[in-house]
Amino acid sequence: MKNWLSPKSMTGIALIAIALIVLPHVVGMGGQAWVRILNFAILYVFLALGLNIVVGFAGLLDLGYIAFYAVGAYCWALLASPHFGLHFPVWAILPIGALMACVFGVLLGSPTLKLRGDYLAIVTLGFGEIIRIFLNNLNSPVNITNGPQGITLIDPVKIGDFSFAGTSQVFGMTMTGPEKYYYLLVALALLVIIINVRLQHSRIGRAWQAIREDEIAAKAVGINTRNIKLLAFAMGASFGGIAGGIFSAMQGFVSPESFSLIESIMVLAMVVLGGMGHIPGVILGAVLLTFLPEVLRYAVTPVQMALFGKILVDPESLRMLVFGLALVLVMRFKPAGLWPSPERSRELSEKPVEAVK
Amino acid sequence: MSNILLQANAVAKHFGGVKALRDVSLSIRRGEVYGLIGPNGAGKTTFFNCMTGLYIPDGGGFTFDGVTLQADAPHRAAELGIARTFQNIRLFGNMTALENVMVGRHVRTKAGVFGAMFLNRATRDEEAAIRQRAVELLHYVDIADRADDLAKNLSYGDQRRLEIARALATEPKLLCLDEPAAGMNATETEELRVLIEGIRKDGTTVLLIEHDVKLVMGLCDRVAVLDYGALVIEDVPAVVQKDQRVIEAYLGA
Repeated sequence: MKNWLSPKSMTGIALIAIALIVLPHVVGMGGQAWVRILNFAILYVFLALGLNIVVGFAGLLDLGYIAFYAVGAYCWALLASPHFGLHFPVWAILPIGALMACVFGVLLGSPTLKLRGDYLAIVTLGFGEIIRIFLNNLNSPVNITNGPQGITLIDPVKIGDFSFAGTSQVFGMTMTGPEKYYYLLVALALLVIIINVRLQHSRIGRAWQAIREDEIAAKAVGINTRNIKLLAFAMGASFGGIAGGIFSAMQGFVSPESFSLIESIMVLAMVVLGGMGHIPGVILGAVLLTFLPEVLRYAVTPVQMALFGKILVDPESLRMLVFGLALVLVMRFKPAGLWPSPERSRELSEKPVEAVK
Repeated sequence: MSNILLQANAVAKHFGGVKALRDVSLSIRRGEVYGLIGPNGAGKTTFFNCMTGLYIPDGGGFTFDGVTLQADAPHRAAELGIARTFQNIRLFGNMTALENVMVGRHVRTKAGVFGAMFLNRATRDEEAAIRQRAVELLHYVDIADRADDLAKNLSYGDQRRLEIARALATEPKLLCLDEPAAGMNATETEELRVLIEGIRKDGTTVLLIEHDVKLVMGLCDRVAVLDYGALVIEDVPAVVQKDQRVIEAYLGA
């Protein structure tokens, strides 16, 4: 952090910036679908970073994280669609979505704080399902969420008169909807990353880590573990809420189906596979796990055709099989994640000094 | 300001049928090193845990610096100025030695989430102060050269010292050490004695639970002896050493 203004790191930053600017156009050569996947990768970076606060920093296993994403998404959908006839501006909905998710985070957190490990995981898992089932059934007697049909015609992100949906001219360049969203997402992602890094190296971040390491010792040095854990839940949830809002706007459609358990597990897998508690690792995990299944989707059929001349295995099931195998292999050979924090990799390579009992 | 820093009033604690503490009353004066000794299972650590809020006493209570200690609120005890170490060292293993001490500053600092996000002047100044104080404390306990090592990779003696540094970081009025000399050799014990002397000289009251009778008698201003959860005697070392009941408790007459 100290010498990030040195010429060497400046060059690095410049290169990354250029890469980020050019990326959607390179990826877009394969079709706009790839730009959309890229956008999803960034949304998952948001989610993974949010969950990383809860799981990676504070060490609280949360299997229902996607519920906060759902809360954010439905917040946007209800406040900016013909469903209720409301069309709030972005600067109002995103904070409301974040705040709502935050409230739900506290709601989940407060009764579960005494639980740890497996028990907490089960409760959060239940919470995630409850939210999904609520969304699915809140269409009668009063129609709030429109049930399984979901909400359609959701407003895109609009800043003033500038809409992020559809192709338009930006600074004399023709840009497609996904490309515009990409730049918005990258800008937000940078913000989220900066906030995460700052949180990690703050008084609060240290308190989270302390609780993860030893809760009793954390209490003994005066950390109010209940409040600090709630804070982790609330912060993680807020990031989920923001990601959900943008998801809603980008898709123009939400339904409870998008928030199933497997999504929670995917986000958790991103955090664990990337390197729990290590921000660059978590980002890598999110990007990889978004792209890998998609790349496999396109690769599985041609590869089978080339090898056997016919399709032996259904591409969809083979895709998940290969994906699952990849996860197992990573965990077998890189148990701390693909890009763990320097401390954690040291931890796994060095033997700790045995404490005398 | 009363001369008594901590007053225990008839503290009782039982686990099922086992009476771990039977109406223990004692008082610790400001600026002294107070020893709490007794055979294994006498209730010393239970007394500690009740005092620091980890256990809820079944009877009685504590007055600390004029304030009644709230049961089951460990972080409140730390706020009021009671810091402790643990018999079986509890450090934040995967954090560096420096970070461990920095965590100790938590209770005396106040930067919140928004401070962390916006990194305003006040937050940056506070962070710098936390770091500086932590480095000073590592020097104070003489392990500054291990600042960037993970706590769990420190040697046993250094871990003990780090735990004391972390406790001191909370600016305690009363520092409670739970068997700090356990597992230490003669040299390390002597270094520890010097360290505790220094802490007392700097104005912190010390409560010491210890098995090493020689260390306790040499260091403490007053000593209390627990046996089967009950207070046997509370007096200066010279008197305690000669007390028939203490000799019986320790040697089994």
